[in-house]
Amino acid sequence: MRAGSKLGFILLFSPLILWLGLLIIIPHIDMFLISIRERVGVGKYDTSLANYLTFFREPLYMLTFARTALMSVLATALTLVIGFPVAFYIAKIAKGRLQSALFLLCLVPFWVSELVRTFGWMILLRETGVFSSLLQWAGLADQPVEMLYNDVSMMVGLVYTSMLFMVVPLITTMESLDDSVIEAGYDLGGNGISVMREIVIPHAMPGIVSGSIVVFMLSLGNYLTPTMLGGKDSLWFTELIYSQFIVRFNWELGAAFGFMLLLLSSIIVWGTLKLSGQTLEKTMG
Amino acid sequence: MIPTIRQPRLVRYGYRAYVALFFLYLALPLVVVSVFAFNNSQFPSLPWEGGTLAWFFGSERPMIGVFHERPILRALGNSAFIAFFVSLMAVALGATNAFLFNRYDFRMKSFFYMLMLLPLVIPGIVLGISILVFSSTAANGIEETIGWDIEALRPGLPLVILGQFSFVTTIVTLVISARLHKFDRSLEEAALNLGASHLTAVRTVTLPFLLPALIGGFVVAFLMSFENFNTTLMLVGSDAPLTIAMFDRMKEGSTPLLNAVSLLLMIGSSALALMMIALQRKE
Repeated sequence: MRAGSKLGFILLFSPLILWLGLLIIIPHIDMFLISIRERVGVGKYDTSLANYLTFFREPLYMLTFARTALMSVLATALTLVIGFPVAFYIAKIAKGRLQSALFLLCLVPFWVSELVRTFGWMILLRETGVFSSLLQWAGLADQPVEMLYNDVSMMVGLVYTSMLFMVVPLITTMESLDDSVIEAGYDLGGNGISVMREIVIPHAMPGIVSGSIVVFMLSLGNYLTPTMLGGKDSLWFTELIYSQFIVRFNWELGAAFGFMLLLLSSIIVWGTLKLSGQTLEKTMG
Repeated sequence: MIPTIRQPRLVRYGYRAYVALFFLYLALPLVVVSVFAFNNSQFPSLPWEGGTLAWFFGSERPMIGVFHERPILRALGNSAFIAFFVSLMAVALGATNAFLFNRYDFRMKSFFYMLMLLPLVIPGIVLGISILVFSSTAANGIEETIGWDIEALRPGLPLVILGQFSFVTTIVTLVISARLHKFDRSLEEAALNLGASHLTAVRTVTLPFLLPALIGGFVVAFLMSFENFNTTLMLVGSDAPLTIAMFDRMKEGSTPLLNAVSLLLMIGSSALALMMIALQRKE
């Protein structure tokens, strides 16, 4: 039994190590090594921080980086603010069949590829799109209105794409909040706002944290929505990575960009976890 | 707030209206995509030119339907091929991971558990480029030392499969772990007491119990792989899966053909998802 258990452990442990080692850890180390080398001649490389210097010196790169980070934070905040009341409604107000039906409806957009969702927004918002035609038909506009290719349309798309990842964890945490606790809050003289602040939100904190982390990650790493719905000025950092890798074939700089993106997302995820006193295991697992 | 606490009528109705508006927001893009798949026009936009099924079944220019459009069908085949292998591998590894973390105590267990969760917090595009970089380093290294050019390490279907597998596995591990966690181990001990070997006990008692989670994990993996975009984008070669092929077309300008493909995709994935929910309900 003991020896068998040892063998079993090795048999189960080695696939895990192969997977994490070969597909996650070593590739990232390799990416880092590529990012700190500089091409000095044909097939000749030196170790240097030149790529990172390029990143910090070129205003376009820095600006895009900062903009992507800020816009992702904004998208996360908007998703939380828009999704929270809905999650509360589904978790605490809707009952029985209505509750499970609404919950299922929240999941629907997730089953559909992000590409299709983005395509839907393009059909709605573009110059020849549904909204523009409706406005003209209603007499509110006398020529086609372009609502696509700006920051607002991009934000609409980002919030839409990640809504599910906010609403579902919120619902699961709030469902476990007993109604009587809320009633007790009212009995003790609380009103809607104080009960929300002192009881519901603290209870929902794990859901808020894990939802926010996932939404932030998804927004930061999104490529499709900014490319299709954003305008010429709403460049996203992932677009820079893509163009360095695929269009310009400058892997060294692209790897440096990738590493900066990874660093940013790790810092923000880690910071959020620390600030809220949660752990990755608790929020994700 | 909650039903047992009285609220002014205006607040109640206002709240309901907000929730209704929210679901309208969720539904709107999906509805327009579906509706315009039937528009008898070259463009998926108003005015409505009358209904047609040509974008599904049409075989003549200018309206070639999904079922006669070779590149789209080939891309669909690629996607299915990728998704099948990703799911298969992810379920196998997900199951061994779940057993490992459920049954064994070992040094730095929580560290490895955290490592296992890590792919969830790495942006997909970074995951894609890191695998691209490493595989090309490996391919170049092999070519220089022993002179073999390994095609599978260059962008293409095998790399896409590996790239998606690298993060889908985490999700599948979580799905299977959740179910294994609920398993009553005394059942397995009973089998052992009755003279079964360890492997037989797992095969005849534990695995049947896990089956819904294995199927569920497979379906989730299949859907995630099918609709993955970011990681795939960096690793794709000449055989594009459906999302990439559609993306390339969307950049050039769209016809209702894309709507028709999208509608079929929605129907396909909803059917899979509903099947999975029905399976869980039965439990």
